[in-house]
Amino acid sequence: MSVETDTSSAKFAEYSEPGRLVTGEWLEARLGAPGLVVVESDEDVLLYETGHIPGAVKVDWHTELNDPVVRDYVDGAGFADLLGRKGISRDDTVVIYGDKNNWWAAYALWVFSLFGHEDVRLLDGGRDKWIAEGRPITTDAPAPSPTDYPVVERDDTVLRAYKDDVLAHLGKPLIDVRSPEEYDGSRTSAPAYPEEGALRAGHIPTAQSVPWARAVASDGGFKSRAELEAIYRGEAGLTEGDSIVAYCRIGERSSHTWFVLKHLLGFQDVRNYDGSWTEWGSAVRVPIATGPTPGELPSR
Amino acid sequence: MAEMTVAALPETLAEIRDEFLELPEPDRLQLLLEFSRELPDVPAKYDGHPELCERVAECQSPVYIVMDVDDDGIVSMHAMAPAEAPTTRGFASILVQGITGLTADEVLAIPADFPQSIGLTRAVSPLRIAGMTGMLMRAKRQVRAKLAV
Repeated sequence: MSVETDTSSAKFAEYSEPGRLVTGEWLEARLGAPGLVVVESDEDVLLYETGHIPGAVKVDWHTELNDPVVRDYVDGAGFADLLGRKGISRDDTVVIYGDKNNWWAAYALWVFSLFGHEDVRLLDGGRDKWIAEGRPITTDAPAPSPTDYPVVERDDTVLRAYKDDVLAHLGKPLIDVRSPEEYDGSRTSAPAYPEEGALRAGHIPTAQSVPWARAVASDGGFKSRAELEAIYRGEAGLTEGDSIVAYCRIGERSSHTWFVLKHLLGFQDVRNYDGSWTEWGSAVRVPIATGPTPGELPSR
Repeated sequence: MAEMTVAALPETLAEIRDEFLELPEPDRLQLLLEFSRELPDVPAKYDGHPELCERVAECQSPVYIVMDVDDDGIVSMHAMAPAEAPTTRGFASILVQGITGLTADEVLAIPADFPQSIGLTRAVSPLRIAGMTGMLMRAKRQVRAKLAV
């Protein structure tokens, strides 16, 4: 069972999928509604415990969405078990929110989408905006009734890119959403400091640099469609029908950009490369560009 | 090798480690939350002056640490981290409580794998624990630098 979409926002109405976002006002009025489950997903594994939206369950990407051994997500059985424990049914509306302008919330939304959970939305502005608006927060732990979530195998072919997919993709649009210092390769580790998780610095040749935060408005929500079009179509040069891959360091910031391109701007073929720089920057013999410009397409 | 590690760990940190290890895994997060609430304010001379402190780059949340070594060689550790980063605050609080009052030599002898030994790796994730490892390494480096002055 799902709940109706939020049609209260003129900003949302401009996006290609307005129903992918909800406002705090809309959500507060529907807390506890049948068919609606609110999920908090944060960078900080303890933030939920300091206070969360009443009734919201926590989903931690490190400890719950990731496979504990292989660098991958949980499988169909693991996802079914997780969502069953969280009290989520296959046809429920899931509204996800979190810290850091919804980085991790967008990441969780992307993983839910790999399993084909259809109705999954973000709370615009995330946790900080909810709190800034003075909306209710509690430390009372919810006691969801377990559900019998079906075992659905993950489909990695449409929304996810592996390293080999990216190699084959070279020449088509790539969006690097990391900081300018990470992109140009100037950020290196000082001696005796732990290395940053990649052996080389720089970016994938031809990738455009569009740091993820450029999609965020001053109130912490997403920018308007017109503002987003100016950045991604205007500056980054994306055009209708493009096949696009977004990446960052481990795939969480690029989930945020993936959400923007896929659901707000309506690009059909957008994949998130979750291996991202921690894989690419350590892989043997993959091409790397440094400096502030995208660089040349390597000859093969 | 394991015995050497145990022998070098100061009693204060060993007690904290045992406190965590005595708990079942899910409850360890609650204890970390308690530590995060106990993180003391920094002394007035550092309050509002992150430029006097060192940013711990291994933590994704902004956390700053500064080490003082007094004339008797006794170390005190101070840390600043925002309320929105309770895990980072918890890590900092463990180190602040475990390190402050030790001699500089004792601090330098703390095994680098202490963060992996407190039973949080699975509950928190190895990547997050790396933040605490970075914090400890930087703390020791600051102490070493102050001794060299």
